[in-house]
Amino acid sequence: MSPRLEDENPDRLYMVTGGRSDVTDDGLDMVTLIVSECDPTPGMQSEHARILRLCKNPTAVVEISSELRMPVSVVRILLCDLLDMGRITARTPRQAPARTRLPDPEMLKQVLVGLQNL
Amino acid sequence: MDSRTSDPVTRVPLRSTATTGLKIVIVGGFGVGKTTMVRSVSEIRPLSTEETMTSAGVGIDDARGVEGKPTTTVAFDFGRISLNDEMVLYLFGAPGQERFWFVWDRLFTGTLGAVVLVDTRRLADSWYAIDRLEHHGMPFIVAHNQFGEPTHTLDQIRDALDLSADVPLITCDARQRESSKGVLITLVNHLHALSSARQVTS
Repeated sequence: MSPRLEDENPDRLYMVTGGRSDVTDDGLDMVTLIVSECDPTPGMQSEHARILRLCKNPTAVVEISSELRMPVSVVRILLCDLLDMGRITARTPRQAPARTRLPDPEMLKQVLVGLQNL
Repeated sequence: MDSRTSDPVTRVPLRSTATTGLKIVIVGGFGVGKTTMVRSVSEIRPLSTEETMTSAGVGIDDARGVEGKPTTTVAFDFGRISLNDEMVLYLFGAPGQERFWFVWDRLFTGTLGAVVLVDTRRLADSWYAIDRLEHHGMPFIVAHNQFGEPTHTLDQIRDALDLSADVPLITCDARQRESSKGVLITLVNHLHALSSARQVTS
């Protein structure tokens, strides 16, 4: 695995997040789907604007991270800002199973049907 | 890795009706075929991204080996399958080696289950991953990625991995879409059986 961010300027990531390194329990999973609630406005932080354009269709946190070429943890901080401002909404899974809890059989059946139809 | 393919031009958006992101993790050593499997079933070319952990974000259990480093980074590949109008399944290829464990916690939270992809030339690479999955109570199956002529029977592999009888073990060819699809179906069938059994007992 060759870290793509090797050439990334740490100062830029610091600027982008306002120096924050992590958020506590934001409820955003890597596969939480994000949807824009408004268009970018002039003068908006460029990363915020990119996220708003990207998320006109639902987009998973991990896909945003890949598109922005920023680590997931940095993207989560940006998303929290946008969530706080009401500019995006997060479509969280119907149930967020605890690590040891199994998803319900009905949902798994839907997954099976989806895979069989591939 | 041949997966640096985050080309925005080819980006395929999800349906606007998508509401639920799900994930399955494919764990295995380097070169075992994780990205190949993701690619063979994904509706998008595999993308790559990174997770960075600061020392503050690392749990007490996982702090060994990362002391003194402000951040540690793991790259991983992922693909996507739209299951229906609402549900989207993300497949993550995750390195199984011990030194990457710190990122597993975050990756595995909320994961439906895992596929351990093994290669008989390097079975020992899988021991650690299987051990940790069992420890975490994460349901999984084992898929033997067979490129050429079979050199080992599944029974021999099960013995070598010290795999309990209730963990499904199958052979696959990660390059083939139907075969990789079969691996995912085997996993979800296994999860369904576990989940149904638990509902009956609870």
